[in-house]
Amino acid sequence: MKLTLEFGGGLELLCDSVKIHNVDVDQKDVEEKLTMKDLLVWVGKNLIKERPEMFMKGDTVRPGVLVLVNDCDWELSGQLDTLLEEKDVVVFISTLHGG
Amino acid sequence: MAGSEEESRIIREMESLNESKRKIDDEIRVLQARLLQIRQNNHSSKTYGNNLPAHHIYRYSRHLLLPSFGVEGQANLLNSSVLVVGAGGLGSPALLYLAACGLGRLGIVDHDVVELNNLHRQIIHSEAYIGRPKVESAAAACRSINSTTQIVEYKEALRATNALEIMSKYDVILDATDNAPSRYMISDCCVVLGKPLVSGAAVGLEGQLTVYNYNGGPCYRCLFPTPPPTTACQRCSDSGVLGVVPGIIGCLQALEAVKISAKVGDPLSGRMLLLDAMSARIRIVKIRGRSPQCEACGDTSPLTRQQFQKFDYESFTQSPLSTTPLKLKLLPGDARISSTEFNKKIKDAEPYVLVDVRPSHHYKIVSLPRSLNIPLSSLEDRLPEISSALKKEQECRGLESGRGTALYVVCRRGNDSQRAVEYLHKMGFSTAKDIIGGLESWTFDIDPNFPTY
Ligand SMILES: [Zn+2]
Repeated sequence: MKLTLEFGGGLELLCDSVKIHNVDVDQKDVEEKLTMKDLLVWVGKNLIKERPEMFMKGDTVRPGVLVLVNDCDWELSGQLDTLLEEKDVVVFISTLHGG
Repeated sequence: MAGSEEESRIIREMESLNESKRKIDDEIRVLQARLLQIRQNNHSSKTYGNNLPAHHIYRYSRHLLLPSFGVEGQANLLNSSVLVVGAGGLGSPALLYLAACGLGRLGIVDHDVVELNNLHRQIIHSEAYIGRPKVESAAAACRSINSTTQIVEYKEALRATNALEIMSKYDVILDATDNAPSRYMISDCCVVLGKPLVSGAAVGLEGQLTVYNYNGGPCYRCLFPTPPPTTACQRCSDSGVLGVVPGIIGCLQALEAVKISAKVGDPLSGRMLLLDAMSARIRIVKIRGRSPQCEACGDTSPLTRQQFQKFDYESFTQSPLSTTPLKLKLLPGDARISSTEFNKKIKDAEPYVLVDVRPSHHYKIVSLPRSLNIPLSSLEDRLPEISSALKKEQECRGLESGRGTALYVVCRRGNDSQRAVEYLHKMGFSTAKDIIGGLESWTFDIDPNFPTY
């Protein structure tokens, strides 16, 4: 499944300072839909190069990270259970505090 | 010599002129306040459309000419008040526009003083105000733009103990602060008082903006119920910030505050604006609504005034309300050395290797002579370089002096150097010591001309 993943607010530093990743996430089974939970595991394995605790906590993202699926807060689409579709854009952004 | 005498004469003269200027500014401020009062009394009887005084009609004519804004919008501005918390990178441009737009009252809270390294982004301040409170500087700038808006100064840090009293006097609050505990505290206080919060943030080349606690929208805690780990909180003083980035977010904060105060348009509630300056992209995303389970604004047990005042925001977020840099103490005294002691070792020609563990872009700004740059993040992979540097130094200078080669580690402020030494000890470099206070202490104690940043 082809997806666009974007990292911002400093999270890009965890994946070689690259903000936009066009990826092809392989599915075990075409029948089985890809969820955000599956994607997080995939991202942890394939994109996060350092300090994984700065991205994940338990089986979800760490506090202070907003997850957007097609420009929409994942809280509105079922969080970890959100079903992903071909060409979806998923953004992971760390909240900023500076000014 | 003649040049330096001339230099100090000019500096003295400028200081004395600046002092006179300050006194004149103060006198002008008192006169302006009196004039404002007299004008308000005079004009109260003679008003025009929507009770706007005559002198406002010409001044704000370009607002009045906007069909969607008009006299109603301007009259709403005149009757409302905005509090800006933080007169820094976000607050500077926000305050300039808010002072200009025709509010009734504009409050400014900040406990900090103006510093030279603020001026590239905190555009409300100028060189003449270096060392003076940001609130004084910002208030003077606002008054010189518009003598008809009441400007209120709060030269103090906003805390849970004074926030209710200060914020209750305003209709709209702007969060232009630079740290996590302040953000939770200001949002909670807005929930307790039922005030809309225009929240902006900027670090590096990115910015974020949204309006909290407005028209049934979420509060800060609805979005971020658990504070992030302190290591995830980047600060401008560590990560850098391109001046115009907070400028853009600050301007947008002013815009949202004007819209809410004037009761026009669609404020950015339930949505968040994300600015990525490097790739010139702005994205506006839909965020969750108010959470019924929220600990601040939720249905079950909304936050009370008493709970708010007692809440410890610093321990909740594990970080201080003011942005004084962290001072770690990881190492025992005998694993550390002061910059003065280190300087003596250099003078005594003792053999040593100095490892500078700052990131390479920091090292390029300024570094000590005879130092080896191995950033903390790559220390693990580059231990052999330290071993060979130690060996080389021992062969060149150690033998003739008959002493062993020492290993010192330095960074910017003395935190990363301790982390590095801790690691080096574990890896068998048992004599490694860190320079207490880092390069900042070198400037402070040894060489005042060594640049700080
Ligand atoms: Zn809430």
